[in-house]
Amino acid sequence: MADKLHFDLVSPERRLFAGDVDQVVVPGEEGDFGVLPNHAPFMSVIRPGAIAVLNDGSTERTFIHGGFAEVTPAGLTILAEEAIAVADIDADKLAQDLSDAREDVATAKDEEEREHAEALVAKYEAMQAVLAN
Amino acid sequence: MASLKDLKNRIESVKSTQKITKAMQMVAAAKLRRAQEAAEAARPYAQRMAAVMANLSTAMAGTPGASPLLVGTGKTDTYLLVVMTADRGLCGGFNTNIVKKARERITTLQAEGKDVKLICVGKKGGDQLKRQFAKLIVERMDLSGEKTITGATSGKVGEKIRFMFENGEFDVCELVSAEFESVISQKPRAKVLIPAKDAIDEGVERPDLAGAVYEAEPDEEVILNTLLPRYADTVILSALLENVAGEMGAKMAAMDNATRNAGELIDKLNLVYNRTRQAQITTELTEIISGAEAL
Repeated sequence: MADKLHFDLVSPERRLFAGDVDQVVVPGEEGDFGVLPNHAPFMSVIRPGAIAVLNDGSTERTFIHGGFAEVTPAGLTILAEEAIAVADIDADKLAQDLSDAREDVATAKDEEEREHAEALVAKYEAMQAVLAN
Repeated sequence: MASLKDLKNRIESVKSTQKITKAMQMVAAAKLRRAQEAAEAARPYAQRMAAVMANLSTAMAGTPGASPLLVGTGKTDTYLLVVMTADRGLCGGFNTNIVKKARERITTLQAEGKDVKLICVGKKGGDQLKRQFAKLIVERMDLSGEKTITGATSGKVGEKIRFMFENGEFDVCELVSAEFESVISQKPRAKVLIPAKDAIDEGVERPDLAGAVYEAEPDEEVILNTLLPRYADTVILSALLENVAGEMGAKMAAMDNATRNAGELIDKLNLVYNRTRQAQITTELTEIISGAEAL
């Protein structure tokens, strides 16, 4: 039997995934990288995007917003601020949220509000980009 | 002596109090379970975060560019205590114990000649502390608006603390909150949040890298600087979650006691009621008999 990679996906509120998989592709700050079993110790900031978990020929994609990946000899750990399975993203609602957020940017009263709205727009745009492919 | 009617009213009133405390106990028990689950669910993240931080901080602490969040400002003149209590009372000594711990800490620090500032998270702590230390309180936050504690809640607290830190308003930050030991035991404790290095160095398991060195992307400093605020938020979040669990545990125990006390009181009052009634009947009988005899 081929080696498996131990993979943990945790968010501040709960553990989302823990188990052995074949490969995980992570969108790093400086480019995507794949993690296979026995990867060298490595850590990276994650840019908003989807991770792909490859196991037994099937691929599962999860959208991650804001987070951090750490590879140790024990396996891969992703600390995600926010995570949602790509299959669970509602395209119509997302489009609605995105246009709402854009509106908020336009109507923001102060710097802080605008920054907040812009962050939301960036997040929704990243989600749409993930849905598109 | 109280009349029969008074006694009856009294018994009724104690009975309805007992019903209320019983209901509160059951509500607390249900909430406790949820709070415990939430606290447990958050634990893997906090543990992982602490482990990652431990690795990075060892590598970074010696370098001159290390973030002050990690190594501190180099001074310990001003302390910021974040006192976390519940928003509601009726949970035994829970709030009082935390406040007592905070008060002790304030007094020790002041005796050492340090400046102390306070942030009170949760209504009760602020209420109790303002009597003695009103001048020290810089901010009061209550969480009654939040149904459940999430990352957003702790983020608000964390943001405020970081904002103050960046403005140089304090050197060391400590959290005073309750440690959830078990349902019946919550211990108040003070924990250092900033500088993070001291907190991290305490008993965190470091993963065995088998001699290998981490490769980091973009680089360690950038990672550490994005991670530190998040680490602080995580620590605050788990403290808040543990506090909620502790509050519910304490409330459950307090309400259980209250229910039992009410039961005892009802038994006692019933005894007095019956005795009084018996005495009244006896008196009436004696009056009738002696009246008949006199004829």
